[in-house]
Amino acid sequence: MVERTPILNFFTHLILFVGFVFCVAPFVIVAIAASHNLKDVNDVPMSLLPGSDFWVNIRTAWTTADLGPKLLNSFIMAFGVAAGKVIISALTAFSIVYFRYPGRMLMFWLIFITLMLPLEVRIVPTYAVVANVLEPYQAIMDLTGLSWLIEKVSGVQVSLSLGLLNSYSGLILPLVATATGTFLYRQFFLTVPDELTEAARMDGAGALRFFVDILLPLSRNNMAALGTIMFLWAWNQYLWPLLITTDQSHAMAVTELKQLIPNVGGAPEWHIAMAGTLIVMLPPLIVVVLMQRWFVRGLIATEK
Amino acid sequence: MEKRVTFSKWTIGILFAVPQLILIFTFFYWPAGQAVYWSLTLQQPWGGGNIWVGLDNFRSILSNASYWDSITASMIFAGISTGLAMTIALVLAALTDRQLAGSWLYRVVLIWPYGIAAPALALAFRFILAPEAGFMAVVNQVWPGSWDPGLDGTDAMASIIIAFSWKYVGYNFIFFLAAFQAIPRSLIEAAAMDGSGVIRRFWDIQFPLITPTIFFLLVINITESFQDSFGIVDIMTAGGPANATNLMVYKIYSDGFKGLDYSGAAAQSIILMLLIIALTIVQFRFIERRVHYR
Repeated sequence: MVERTPILNFFTHLILFVGFVFCVAPFVIVAIAASHNLKDVNDVPMSLLPGSDFWVNIRTAWTTADLGPKLLNSFIMAFGVAAGKVIISALTAFSIVYFRYPGRMLMFWLIFITLMLPLEVRIVPTYAVVANVLEPYQAIMDLTGLSWLIEKVSGVQVSLSLGLLNSYSGLILPLVATATGTFLYRQFFLTVPDELTEAARMDGAGALRFFVDILLPLSRNNMAALGTIMFLWAWNQYLWPLLITTDQSHAMAVTELKQLIPNVGGAPEWHIAMAGTLIVMLPPLIVVVLMQRWFVRGLIATEK
Repeated sequence: MEKRVTFSKWTIGILFAVPQLILIFTFFYWPAGQAVYWSLTLQQPWGGGNIWVGLDNFRSILSNASYWDSITASMIFAGISTGLAMTIALVLAALTDRQLAGSWLYRVVLIWPYGIAAPALALAFRFILAPEAGFMAVVNQVWPGSWDPGLDGTDAMASIIIAFSWKYVGYNFIFFLAAFQAIPRSLIEAAAMDGSGVIRRFWDIQFPLITPTIFFLLVINITESFQDSFGIVDIMTAGGPANATNLMVYKIYSDGFKGLDYSGAAAQSIILMLLIIALTIVQFRFIERRVHYR
C-alpha cells in the first residue's frame, strides 16, 4: 500500500488464501459429505466431488431429527431473546441515564455484575429456579413471616408454584436476564445531545413521549446490532435448552443434532449427520452474511 | 459521565427499570445465592432439608483427584486454544489490513465461523477428524492406529481444541481488524517515510497500539473457553476418553444433573465463578489502561 513489496505481497496473498481455505473447508466438506451415499461418505479418502444424494439426505435428516418443529422452536426462542433484550435493555438504560433517583448507582452496579457470571456457571441453581419461578418469592414471604400472617388471617396456606420447564418463557427469560444490551444503549444515550432533551421538554413532551418518539427512533442502529448479536447468541445456545426441554415438543434444532451422531455399533451414517449439521448451521450463517454490518458493529460495541 | 438534563419524575424512572430488576433478581441473584447456600450445605439423601456442613463440600471437591484433572484439562484447553485462535487471527488481520487486492473477500468470509453454533461445528469436526471416515482416516491408513480421539486422550483434546479455535479465529479476527483499522494511516505513512519496512512497522507501531485489544481478547477467549466449550465437548467426546476432556463446565453438568450431587456441583460452580470474577477484574484494570492509550 505504501511501498512496493512484491515478495511480501506474494506471501500475504498466500497466507490469507490458506487462512481462507481453512475457514471455508469445514463448510464445503459438510456440504459435500451431505451429498454422498452411505458408501461414498465412508470412503477413505472421501471424494471431494459432490454426490447425487443431497436432497435425499436432507430429507432423511429432516425427518430423523424431526427438524421442522425444532427449527421453529429455535426461531421462536431466538426471536424472543433478541426482542426481549432489545426492549428491556432500552427501558433500563433509559431509566439509568435520564433519571436521578436514590439508589440509582446501586442499581447500575446490580445490573453490571450480571455481566460477570454467564448462565453456564450458575446452571444448576438457575434450573431449580425455572422449575418453580415463584420459589424466590415464596422463600421471601416465608422468611419475612408474610405467609404466616396470611395463613393466620385468611386460613389459606401460601404455596406459590409456577414451573417453567418445557416452556418458551422458561427458555427465554433466563437468557434475557443479563446486562449485555443495557450498556450498549447506555453508551449510546450518553452521546445523544442534551439539547434534544431540552427541546423536547420545552415542547411539553414527558419522559415516555421523549423515549418513544425521539430516543427509540435514534437508536435504530443499536437495535439492529444488538438484535443480530442476540439472535445468533440465542440460536447457538446449547446447554440451557438441553437441560430445560425434556419434552420433545420444545426441543431446539441445535440440541437435536446429538441424535444424528452415528452410534458406535450402527451404520456410520455420516451423510445424514452432515445433512443435519448443514440445516442447523445455515440459518445463523445466513444471518451473518446478510447482517454482516450489524453483526460486526454489535460484537464490537457489546464487547460480547 | 452524567446527563445534564434529566426528567424529574423519578418514580416513572424506576418503573422503567422494574422489568430488568425482576428478571435479574429471579434468574441471576437468587440462583447465585442459592449456589452459595448449596455449596455450604449437604442435601440429605432421605430428604428433610439441607444440613450445614461449612466448607466441607469445597474440601471434598478440592481433595478429589478427578476435579484437579478437570482443572488441568480446562487449563490446557484454555491455554492452547486461546494461543492458537489469537495468533492465527492476529496474523490474518494484520495481513488483511494491508488492503491488497481482494482483501474484502477475507474481511467478509473469515468471520463466518463465529456465527456457527458450537455443537454444529463440533459435529462437523467430529466427522472431519473421525478415525475411520473423513480426513484423518487418511493419516490412519498411512500410520495405522496413530489417530483415534475415541481412545486416546491427547487426540480427543486436540480435536476439541481444533474445533474451538476454528470458531474463535473468526471472533478474534473481527476485533483485531477493527483495532488495526483504528490506527491512523498517517502514523504508518510517516514511519514508512522514515524508511521502516512492513515488518518493522508491525512490531514497532501496530503491535504496541493494539496491545489493549490483545489483553481484552485474552480474557474473553479464556472465559469463553470455559463456557462455550460445553457444546463441543458434549458432541465430540462427552468428556472422555477416561475423562481426558472433562472440562470444568462439563463436569458441573455431569455431577449436578447426571450424578445428582447438587452440593458438589454448586461448590464447583462457586470455584468457577470466582475464577471468572478474577479474570473480569483483570480485564477491568486493563480497560482503564486502554483509556490511557487513546
